[in-house]
Amino acid sequence: MKPRREPKPPRWAQRLLSWYCRQEILEDLEGDLNEVFDRNCRAHGAFRAKLIYCVDVIKFCRPYTVKRPDSTTLMPNWVMAGSYFKSATRNIARNKLFSAINIIGLSVGMSVGLLLIGLLTDIRSYDRFHKNRDRIYRVISQFQRHGDKGAPYMATTSPIAAREIKESVTGIEDVAIVQRGFNGDVTYGDKVVPMGGLMADESFFRVFSFSLLHGNPATALKEPFSIVLTETLAHKLFGDENPLGKVVSFWGRDYSVTGIVQDPPQFSHMDFDAVGSISTRSITEKDSPYEWLWENIWNAYAYVLLPENANPGALQKNLDELCQRRASTVSNGYYIQLGLQPMKDIVVGRNLGNQIGPYMGSTVVWVFLGMTIVVILSACFNYTNLSIARSFRRLKEVGIRKTIGAGKGNLLVQFMTESVVISLLALVFAVGIFIIIRPHFISMEYSLQQLLVMDLSPQLIGLFVLFAVFVGVAAGFFPALFFARLNAVYLFKGGSTRPPFRGITVRKILVVFQFVISIMFITGTVIIYDQYKHFLAYDLGYNTENILNIRLGDNKAHVLKNELARLPEVTEISESELVMSIGNYYSAYMKNPGDAGDSVQVYYNRVDENFLALHDFKLIAGRTFTPRSPGDSVEREVVVSAGILRRFDIGEGDPSKAIGVVVNVQNIDLEIIGVVEDFQYGRVNNGSTNEVVFRHALPGETDYVNVKLVTDDLRTTYEKIEQIWSEFDPVHPLQAKFLDDQLEEAFRGFSASVKVGGFIAILVVCIAALGLLGMVIYTAETRLREMSIRKVFGASEAGILYRLARGFILLLALAIAIALPATFLFFDRILLPEIANHAPIKWPEMVSGAVIILALAAIMILSQTAKVARAKPADVLRTE
Amino acid sequence: MKGTHLGEFEELVLLTIAALVNDAYSVAICDELAKQADRPAKLGVVHAVLNRLERKGYVKSRLGEATSVRGGKRKRYYTVTSAGKAALRRTKEVRDNLWNIIPEFSLKHP
Repeated sequence: MKPRREPKPPRWAQRLLSWYCRQEILEDLEGDLNEVFDRNCRAHGAFRAKLIYCVDVIKFCRPYTVKRPDSTTLMPNWVMAGSYFKSATRNIARNKLFSAINIIGLSVGMSVGLLLIGLLTDIRSYDRFHKNRDRIYRVISQFQRHGDKGAPYMATTSPIAAREIKESVTGIEDVAIVQRGFNGDVTYGDKVVPMGGLMADESFFRVFSFSLLHGNPATALKEPFSIVLTETLAHKLFGDENPLGKVVSFWGRDYSVTGIVQDPPQFSHMDFDAVGSISTRSITEKDSPYEWLWENIWNAYAYVLLPENANPGALQKNLDELCQRRASTVSNGYYIQLGLQPMKDIVVGRNLGNQIGPYMGSTVVWVFLGMTIVVILSACFNYTNLSIARSFRRLKEVGIRKTIGAGKGNLLVQFMTESVVISLLALVFAVGIFIIIRPHFISMEYSLQQLLVMDLSPQLIGLFVLFAVFVGVAAGFFPALFFARLNAVYLFKGGSTRPPFRGITVRKILVVFQFVISIMFITGTVIIYDQYKHFLAYDLGYNTENILNIRLGDNKAHVLKNELARLPEVTEISESELVMSIGNYYSAYMKNPGDAGDSVQVYYNRVDENFLALHDFKLIAGRTFTPRSPGDSVEREVVVSAGILRRFDIGEGDPSKAIGVVVNVQNIDLEIIGVVEDFQYGRVNNGSTNEVVFRHALPGETDYVNVKLVTDDLRTTYEKIEQIWSEFDPVHPLQAKFLDDQLEEAFRGFSASVKVGGFIAILVVCIAALGLLGMVIYTAETRLREMSIRKVFGASEAGILYRLARGFILLLALAIAIALPATFLFFDRILLPEIANHAPIKWPEMVSGAVIILALAAIMILSQTAKVARAKPADVLRTE
Repeated sequence: MKGTHLGEFEELVLLTIAALVNDAYSVAICDELAKQADRPAKLGVVHAVLNRLERKGYVKSRLGEATSVRGGKRKRYYTVTSAGKAALRRTKEVRDNLWNIIPEFSLKHP
């Protein structure tokens, strides 16, 4: 008969009992339960017995059986805490190399985590100061063309919708109607101050918690032509005078100051210098037919304040009904759908058009979160890997601790303390890295600059420390568990043999994965950088060097031109309506002169007669514009690109035959007087068409003055121009940029990707390299004995080196074999086809990542394996 | 002091301990009770009562020797203290007195 295994009570129930039960009565209670269990086994079978055992254990949990915490049970924990800390610091100090590798690895990963925490803290502090924050909802609108329900939502709504919601929809407490675009120069006496503001109705101060310092919040924005100024603007205009009741001039109208509001806090999603009363618009826009149309959803905002405990779903139903009712008033079968957005989702939420202030799409946050988690997990994994790799140095320590009486729990806590101390040390470095990369991170994107501050507040530092403790626990848990589970008897009996450790394959897969990611990041960054260089060097078809574009504002071009012409460095001056090739587009309808039914949208730029020569456009036929005589305000002439001739088939392939042909551009008949070679009107990577016309600008139609400079010292010349400007327009600062700089800015998306990609590549490579180092050290030290024996039997150093490194070379080869084709396919098939005029991928770029990684890995592997290969067998084997 | 009073079930348990003399430990008490009183006694209930009796000072306990049964755990044996004996005797007296004054006819079967 086979020996049958005695059925045993469930382990978890036994543990539960010994966990809660008082020591004095534990033993006989256990015994009683065992006796009953055996009896039940015989009577009812093992399953039922186990069930009864579990129920009994739970039933025995009574006041008289449960342990009471007292000072004697708590005391040893405090005593032990000191000991844990002491042995942790000693161990860190003893293994300086390992500790340094761990600290650096963790701090690199953690710095990204700190960025994320800073970002989340900042965006979560938005709009906190509004007392009614949880009850405020913004009405958002969707412009559905022909039943297109997927159209993007706008943060704006129509003024008429806002008014109707306010007046006729039930179940709401209040609605603040806000209008943007209250921008311009405000004048008081001889003081002129530019400002950007909003218009709002009298509910503004009821719904929001902007604090009004002077004036009556209930009436300040009631009357037309009232204006509430921020403290800063009021100080600029009035100095120490009392501004209330004063009259300022704006857009040629007089506004009376009815209140002073505190400057909006940094973390407010709307920013303003002044708030005008929206009732003004019913006077100024009285004759505008567009103002009160249902589909004019582009400029006004409605913020609904719901009563306490109200249901936004009910309001949404009311809005749906309102939309249905008004559908018939919209022409062309368009449909406006209104929706609601809670205030807390404004800054981080759906990607809406027409935002009132800075915002960040939630997708960006999720992507960033995902990347951070990957990097941190990678760093934690390295810690685990390295700790276990060096574990055999500490087996004796663990064995002695266990023999003296340390329980699993004690060892667990001891090793976790060590990892937490390491992660706290890493935090110090991580904060250093954080401070260094913070400005780069914030300046990466314009919206981030407006959105984030990331000040090291006490609250933020508290979060950092919490984060470090969390990382320490996460990184240290598995090594601690590994050590705690070791068997003391085994440790001494086995002497120096390795404890069984599973998971080698998992570690290999993770190392390969880390290297695949590293190679992909390096290669990808290099490829994007190459594209960036390619676009900056791209031949646009005209000259862009040393051209300064000055924004005119409301000023007269000819006055400025006369002033500038006096500078010796200025060789040529022209005017234009927009700056081309950086992503600005103006388009007009042009009719085909040969076919009345054919018309096409073409891009245009309005320029003066000097523009083409200044930019070295290549005229392939005809001439440039005739200078206008004073008082001439008729548009007659047009210069077209070769693309236009091809599109309309003018001149049958001979540009000179096109001269004199009359074409119709936006219902004006113009004579073609010149043809220029094709050039890039739009941003190069957008791939816009080459169908472009230059129109002869009428006075006042241009926005820029283009100045060609010939000088060795651009900086001094720029300062001279700034001087001329400040005499010319003392109110507004000079807005001038070199065309080459503007082109570079136009590709900021690329340079930002290169920065982010490069940064993450460095992090991932660091982490992967440290991970590999851990693996190599682990292998080298475990196989030291084997290799020594091989040497005794005559193996050469090179042979041993090869034998040790072979496995890692294979892993790296595998990583390269996965990463390179994946990167190539991703860029060649998916990303680059989306980008017009891109450069083809070259081989050196593709291989560069792999070469860097291989070189790095070779250093790691050789430094460790060479040690093993050179070790004297006598030293190693002496102790056997 | 709460509980110099002896409850009905406490009395039964105390009597059982006395009856089992040197072999009175929780499971045995349960079995004996079940046999004598013809009602199933739950281990948890008996355990709680034993604990209460010990706090009242009616029983005292000691741990026995470890054996191979019961998973190597020792038994806790209970003996009735003199206070326990006194309490038992007192209850018996009360009952006897009451029995004595009951008129004969009222306990006859109907």
